[in-house]
Amino acid sequence: MSAEKSIAGASENTVPYRISKPGAIGIHKFLASIWIDAVSLVVIGVIFVVPFIFIVLTAAKPRPEAALFQFSWPSHFQLIENIRDVMAFGDNRMLLAIWNSTILTVGSVTLIVLLSALVAFVLQRRGDRIASVVSSVMLAGLIIPPSVVPTIFVLQRVGLYKSIFGLIMVEVAFTMPFSTLIFRTFMASIPGEIDEAAIMDGASPLRVFFSVILPLLRPAIVTVIVTSSVAIYNDFTGPLYFLPGAQNVTAQLTLYSFMSQFSSQWNLLFADVVVITIPPLIMFMFFQRQIVSGLTAGAIKG
Amino acid sequence: MENTLRPPSVLRTYPHWFYIPAAIVFGVFFVVPTLLSFYFSLTRWTLFNATFIGFDNYALFLSDPQLSSGLRNTIIYAVLTSGLKVIISLPLAMLLTSSIRLKALLRGIIFFPVLVSTVAVGITFATLMQPSAGLINTVFGSLGLPQPDWLGNPNLALFSVALVDVWKGIGIATVIFIAGILSIPLDFFETARLEGGNWVKFRYVIIPLARNATFTVILLSFIGGLRTFDLIWTMTHGGPGFASDVLTSVIYKEYQAGFYGLSTAGNVVLFILVTIIVYPLMRFFNRRELEL
Repeated sequence: MSAEKSIAGASENTVPYRISKPGAIGIHKFLASIWIDAVSLVVIGVIFVVPFIFIVLTAAKPRPEAALFQFSWPSHFQLIENIRDVMAFGDNRMLLAIWNSTILTVGSVTLIVLLSALVAFVLQRRGDRIASVVSSVMLAGLIIPPSVVPTIFVLQRVGLYKSIFGLIMVEVAFTMPFSTLIFRTFMASIPGEIDEAAIMDGASPLRVFFSVILPLLRPAIVTVIVTSSVAIYNDFTGPLYFLPGAQNVTAQLTLYSFMSQFSSQWNLLFADVVVITIPPLIMFMFFQRQIVSGLTAGAIKG
Repeated sequence: MENTLRPPSVLRTYPHWFYIPAAIVFGVFFVVPTLLSFYFSLTRWTLFNATFIGFDNYALFLSDPQLSSGLRNTIIYAVLTSGLKVIISLPLAMLLTSSIRLKALLRGIIFFPVLVSTVAVGITFATLMQPSAGLINTVFGSLGLPQPDWLGNPNLALFSVALVDVWKGIGIATVIFIAGILSIPLDFFETARLEGGNWVKFRYVIIPLARNATFTVILLSFIGGLRTFDLIWTMTHGGPGFASDVLTSVIYKEYQAGFYGLSTAGNVVLFILVTIIVYPLMRFFNRRELEL
């Protein structure tokens, strides 16, 4: 079943570099094609997989062994114990960090989806002069690097510095240009007649948006949720500048502060890396296609 | 535009106030700080009061060796990473759109590092690049290759971090090229095959027709390279000395030291750098696209 599926998937994703005559694949040709697969697998495996194996092996070692940085099987495989130690470290700091990261990510992503879908809806449907101004501002937002200290200044003025809500606002502002772009591209594929039918039925703008458009945007929403949650969960600079303080620690910052605290406990540092990599790994396993389509959105048509 | 022909009852369904919630957040937390940065970069600033000092901060940026080498390193880093990403990911994308069997697996393997946190990647590679015991030098040693001090040698540190950046980001570049190659109509490949094989296909089909993908990869990795911070900071802290300092790490150091005006001037320099490099690139690419 899955083999059938992958073969079907492969054929539609293939460019015929070497078009082989059907039924004429000799043993020689077969070996030649396996050869390319084998070399690619070894080279790509060594470069891209070995670092991850190294992470897990080091995270599973006893403390003195991990400090040798060797690529070797642990004499005693204690991954679970090490993860438990990391979790318990410093008054369950890690649990607090995971909790904070969860609130930060869920809060930001919810607002990003809602606000940028509203913008993309009006932007794409109107297509007037204001819409093109809004588009240019969004484009500028994609390119211009945010200025750090003035953002802290503004956060202080509105009383949101060192608060998770403040960082959520910042993440929403920084991520919105990208999500609006994705929604706008997808919006173009939803025919305007659908809105008009709802309008004939007397639906208000909010009703058209929430009960007609939003459900149809679902694939784009999944893409935006997945790409922006990975970006915000992995964000290091944002919490570093805008959310200082021990109580505000996020998942990425545990890694950073453990780097100095665990200077001789490399097994625990890498156990932390393992814990922190689990959420993106889950995203990768379930949503690889959406992530890829999000990242290539607009890239090809320009 | 056709939209102006629509009846008002339809246009009313797309009210301008739908922009407002997004405009408030974007305005307060992005536009206002960006505008303020121009003023505060001209001051000596403590967050509570700002003394206007003209262009002193900028003058310091150009004269101080640490600050100006940060500027130079930023450009080197952006050029190096975006160039390497194009050179490596285009052949990879061709391999992964060929009739190779392990295509799906290999695409996944290359893409996964994109999703892993930069800090985690930085810590891992800092360990792998340890000069004596690290895995990379162990392998190099057993192959009889030189064993450089990747992150400790001032002439090498910036390049080592750039290589890790390429390792982490090659997945995005490759999927963009894959999408570009797959969007080329199959007839072109058929013609190229009849006209003479792989070189023709590469030179006269993929290079010109996957051009938008190339532009996108260059632009995205260039912008990313100019704005890089996490990787440099976790791997070298800008060191040794300030050999691998880039603008963003200088901005952070000045911020930590309490020189907020100077830090903000760094931000404006980065803003100007991104704008003067990226906007002409975008215009150039767009024009090339029209010519096609």
